[in-house]
Amino acid sequence: MTTRPDSTTPPAPMSGTPEFLAGDEYQIPTWCVLGEDGRPLEGAQAPDIERDKARRIYEAMLATRVMDERMMAAQRQGRLSFYMQCTGEEAAVVGATAALDDADMIMAQYREQGALVYRGFSFDEFMNQMFGNELDYGKGRQMPVHYGSRKLHYMTISSPLGTQIPQATGYAYGQKLAGNGLCTLVFFGEGAASEGDFHAALNMAAVHEAPVIFFCRNNGYAISTPTVEQFAADGVAPRALGYRMHVIRIDGNDILAVYRATEEARRIAVEHNKPVLIEAMTYRLAAHSSSDDPSGYRSRKEEEAWREKDPILRMKRWLIERDWWSDDEENTRQDELRREVLETMKRAEKRPPSDLGTLVSDVYADVTPALQRQLDALTAHVRRYPDAYPRGASSLDPDVKNSADVTTDQGGA
Amino acid sequence: MPNMNMLQAINQALDIAMAEDDKVLCFGEDVGSFGGVFRATSHLQEKYGHARCFNTPIVEQGIVGFANGLASQGSVPVAEIQFADYIFPAFDQLVNETAKFRYRSGDLFNVGGLTLRAPYGGGIAGGHYHSQSPEAYFAHTPGLKIVIPRNPYEAKGLLLASIRDPDPVLFFEPKRLYRASTGEVPEEDYQLPLGEAAVTREGSDVTLVGWGAQMEVIERAVELAEKDGISCEVIDLRTILPWDEDTIVDSVLKTGRLVVTHEAPRTGGFAGEIAATVQERCFLYLESPVMRVTGLDTPFPQTLEKEYLPDHLKIHEAIRASVNF
Repeated sequence: MTTRPDSTTPPAPMSGTPEFLAGDEYQIPTWCVLGEDGRPLEGAQAPDIERDKARRIYEAMLATRVMDERMMAAQRQGRLSFYMQCTGEEAAVVGATAALDDADMIMAQYREQGALVYRGFSFDEFMNQMFGNELDYGKGRQMPVHYGSRKLHYMTISSPLGTQIPQATGYAYGQKLAGNGLCTLVFFGEGAASEGDFHAALNMAAVHEAPVIFFCRNNGYAISTPTVEQFAADGVAPRALGYRMHVIRIDGNDILAVYRATEEARRIAVEHNKPVLIEAMTYRLAAHSSSDDPSGYRSRKEEEAWREKDPILRMKRWLIERDWWSDDEENTRQDELRREVLETMKRAEKRPPSDLGTLVSDVYADVTPALQRQLDALTAHVRRYPDAYPRGASSLDPDVKNSADVTTDQGGA
Repeated sequence: MPNMNMLQAINQALDIAMAEDDKVLCFGEDVGSFGGVFRATSHLQEKYGHARCFNTPIVEQGIVGFANGLASQGSVPVAEIQFADYIFPAFDQLVNETAKFRYRSGDLFNVGGLTLRAPYGGGIAGGHYHSQSPEAYFAHTPGLKIVIPRNPYEAKGLLLASIRDPDPVLFFEPKRLYRASTGEVPEEDYQLPLGEAAVTREGSDVTLVGWGAQMEVIERAVELAEKDGISCEVIDLRTILPWDEDTIVDSVLKTGRLVVTHEAPRTGGFAGEIAATVQERCFLYLESPVMRVTGLDTPFPQTLEKEYLPDHLKIHEAIRASVNF
């Protein structure tokens, strides 16, 4: 084996005294640009965002909020099996996405629908996934909110926590070798950062110099577990030091800080092939999911305090201050969005599910003989008991299928 | 045709794949300049550079997660897990990610480019943690393909097919045979089909099924059985998932008897799956119960390894019991 002279860690200076570090020597400050009143802080370095871009960002945040409210209500009415809101974290998610090239890959956890809204995923596309109908790109195989879009460079969501983080490192390494000047941004929560996959991902990204941005949404809770029970350290950011990685902690409810930090992180990643960790301090204003009730583990008072720091409110104040938005415009847009959400939801829930055959397709590139035999046996069984399997039976009987309210095809994924 | 051992055949397959396609990457623990602890990746870093052949940190879940990401991006990762015994930190990435990538996205994304190589199996005094045969854990996971070669010729052809296959493949290499198994291997590029078992010997009295290093053991047992006047048909399953039911069923319809053997423990082992399928499809043709010759339901032992292993004597006994039932 050949040993290169530079192949081991450079020697650290020797010390004569047994001095321990306690692990709390470093406190990483939180960078903030925009005050809660919507005015940039004194001397703060604000990013250069043009009016149109600012409005695109804001409208995506607004649309995300409206869709979340409506869909949670739909879940409560029993129209939808499950839902997860991005509420309170829209600036972190949309701001980070807006600072990327639209062709950069995004690998999200599950609460980042704002990124898709920003990139142009339509309400129809969201609804088709949530209702798992025949137009869902995922063919109705996953729970609601597990979106994916190839054309929008948004990797399909996977429920297991943290698995997307080392995948992002690998994806970014492939982008580096392809030399296409693109990077990958991976979202995850502060809870998921406790998974082994997180540590594997950061270490490998630093060692193999992958252009990846690790974007941690530190929203205070992992379902019911507060951060003080998730880690003893000062959040997630200090871990970057252990991997010798660029890191910044930002106010995640401050759209300008999020945008500017991600823009700079992208520059570091793409120009120098260095990974960057961003810890965005924010708050999950909603429940973890439609199956969760936060009143059992946190106070109304705490929630109210964070409502005052609502990222949408803060950005709106900034926009209005610059005369780029108005309350009238806000009301009109909200009404339009609500109507659109309701209309697309009605359309999507009427559509039939995917064919029975989609049970066995895409397991492998081609359906194996054994799977074909299993499908044939199932098809015969469903035909014998159509009332017991209404969804599968309707896909076998064209008359049932055609009776649904079928509108225009949504096109490619 | 040159004679070579299985490691040389594997190395040649990797070399061909890397020369052919810039997107093929080889990485894992000690895989870089050292060429892997068994030398399967020798000289690949010299030839193709650090960016395409490299050491990783010791983190199996990271290696497979990284490989999943690369494959979803369009690269063709051929990652190595140093011993199959150490694949379990990557179990989540393999079972929940690799296997479901295409399905869960409705075919928007896939990791078909992924091949994961890992030496498996006993017979090298490796004790609990350098001897296991974990194929059955993964055979329970739709979406994965599992391939195990029996000799150098098969190793090269099956590995090239695995690398180019549109689905992710776990390629388990019988490390006991790495240097022990030698044979003629064409220098050029060739592929052997996945999902197809191979009848390696034709016979009429009893069918023997195995894979990997067990094929050599089966051959020794067959030599003994033929001396008893028993005609054996031998099948190398080659692909454990998705497996070639028809070749085995056709053979059992002819012989009426089946012995399946693997090194892994009996309970939940893949022999059970084969036996269940054969009784479903060959019930009225069976002359005797399907027999299993397997490892014991224990952790893999150390000093009593020889006693634990399903060797040629145990298989020979099973053949006789099957024929004399």
